[in-house]
Amino acid sequence: MIIAVASGKGGTGKTTVSVNLALAFNQKEKLQFIDCDVEEPNAHIFVKPVFDSPETVSIPVPEINEGKCTYCGRCKEICVYNALAVLKENVLVFPELCHGCGGCAYFCPQEAIAEVPRGIGVMEKGTAKGSAFDIDFLHGRLTPGEAMSPPLINAVKNEIDSRKVAIIDAPPGTSCPVVAAVKESDFCLLVTEPTPFGLNDLDLAVQMLKKLDIPAGVIINRSDIGTNCVEDYCKQEGIPVLMHIPWDRELAELYAKGEAVVLHSAKWRDLFEKIWMRIFEVFDSEQLKTEKKEVDAG
Amino acid sequence: MKEITVISGKGGTGKTSFTGSFAALSANAVFTDCDVDAANLSLIMRPVLQETHEFKASRTAFIQEDECIRCGLCRKLCRFGAISDAFRIDPLSCEGCGVCYHACPAEAITFEETVSGQWFISNTPYGPLVHARLGIAEENSGKLVTLVRNRVKEIARDENRSFILTDGPPGIGCPVIASLAGASAALVVTEPTLSGVHDMERVLDVCRYFKVSALVCINRCDLDEENTRKIEKYCQNRSVPVVGKVPFDKVVTEAMVEGLPVVEYSDGTVSRKIKEIWAEILKNT
Repeated sequence: MIIAVASGKGGTGKTTVSVNLALAFNQKEKLQFIDCDVEEPNAHIFVKPVFDSPETVSIPVPEINEGKCTYCGRCKEICVYNALAVLKENVLVFPELCHGCGGCAYFCPQEAIAEVPRGIGVMEKGTAKGSAFDIDFLHGRLTPGEAMSPPLINAVKNEIDSRKVAIIDAPPGTSCPVVAAVKESDFCLLVTEPTPFGLNDLDLAVQMLKKLDIPAGVIINRSDIGTNCVEDYCKQEGIPVLMHIPWDRELAELYAKGEAVVLHSAKWRDLFEKIWMRIFEVFDSEQLKTEKKEVDAG
Repeated sequence: MKEITVISGKGGTGKTSFTGSFAALSANAVFTDCDVDAANLSLIMRPVLQETHEFKASRTAFIQEDECIRCGLCRKLCRFGAISDAFRIDPLSCEGCGVCYHACPAEAITFEETVSGQWFISNTPYGPLVHARLGIAEENSGKLVTLVRNRVKEIARDENRSFILTDGPPGIGCPVIASLAGASAALVVTEPTLSGVHDMERVLDVCRYFKVSALVCINRCDLDEENTRKIEKYCQNRSVPVVGKVPFDKVVTEAMVEGLPVVEYSDGTVSRKIKEIWAEILKNT
């Protein structure tokens, strides 16, 4: 079972929710934690895993064999990303624009293009073990200056064992990096705040999940600062609100120091264990719905 | 003409609340919201919509079932896993590279331009705002950001405006780079949390990579004074000016609920501090 934690708006508490959920996981088996916010990964600050050595993640980019090239311009024609420019007796490659589709190399009539790996970031694996938790931790770190996070997100997600429970910490927003992170999850927790910005971006995230056909539950963070707008929206959309987290100075201060609240407070541990139960409930009822749909269709 | 881009690395540090307030304090400026997949600036700038345009930047491949000879070449060549065993293309996985379209021996694949968002020009009490909405789950946010920034530059030129204020997205990836490249300066809004510090360091690396000078301001500075000092020290060591510190106050959210920049909603400490930051920005750019 893969559970993604996403938000639309940034800074609503995705990482707080995902790490505390992970550390409050009280089943026998190991939990996998995958930080897919490869632009700004933060979960390791709280989970404190011991990492193995990092692996470079690359995408294939073209390398021109000038000896074979006839400057026919076919590669430039094929490339929709403008990563190649063909001059009279020279081909310029802009590797930072290349998406690694392989079109230029495949269609080159002279077989003058080879593909070489170009590192865009690293993947780091580690483990975090405490008296009450046992976590396989994994994250990606995009190299500053690199534009494309989805290939790194996909590389990190390839390591997931889908037979076990995995939590994915997604990046903010609703565009391609978020889609890459949450795609193929069984359930998505949307963390929001009850403000106009929170609601606007929650709605975008809900629409995105509808498109991806992933069931959702909402957690309202800083639930006492703002209005009822998110509550009303969830009622109207029929999305379960799984938890309210009121603004709490202790929680904010622990977060600031990189500490997970469930390791410091039995009350909070209890609350996050309850969310697991709610997730399993919602997940089971969604499974039933799907099975019923299949029976009806069949 | 100066262009200041407001970024943060970490989301939710207060970029948009600050940008809205700077807009209210500015004179002869134009504005853009470059957080195109979760745009919020318009919610506190009382925009009156003037123009709506479609954003077309990508093409999506589609297999016409009755033409397909099921040879499997497209599936073999697709690097993005977008083509199913039943020879259907998942538009969410399709990267729009067109390799399948060019390669298909039966010419069974179409490759049409798709609308992947909209962009708008609005009037606000503070000046024109160019904003956008990327379609849900769409790609090419960087291209939409570039389009929006080019349009706002044209408006600035035509109307003789001296200042462009850009609200950037979180992160360090493609839309951030598109928002930042070529700007006169970046204002990094951070917060004194370990996550905030970590993310600020990475986004400052991006500024350095693209040779954009950076300024830093610290929001909710009273949340953890030790981390606030850590940020100040880090910035000092790298000669990045810290242009202000703003304490935590619920008034920022109250102003947002009213749909107003906080400097127009309250005369309290937060507003005073934001005004000081704006004065420092003008001095430093």
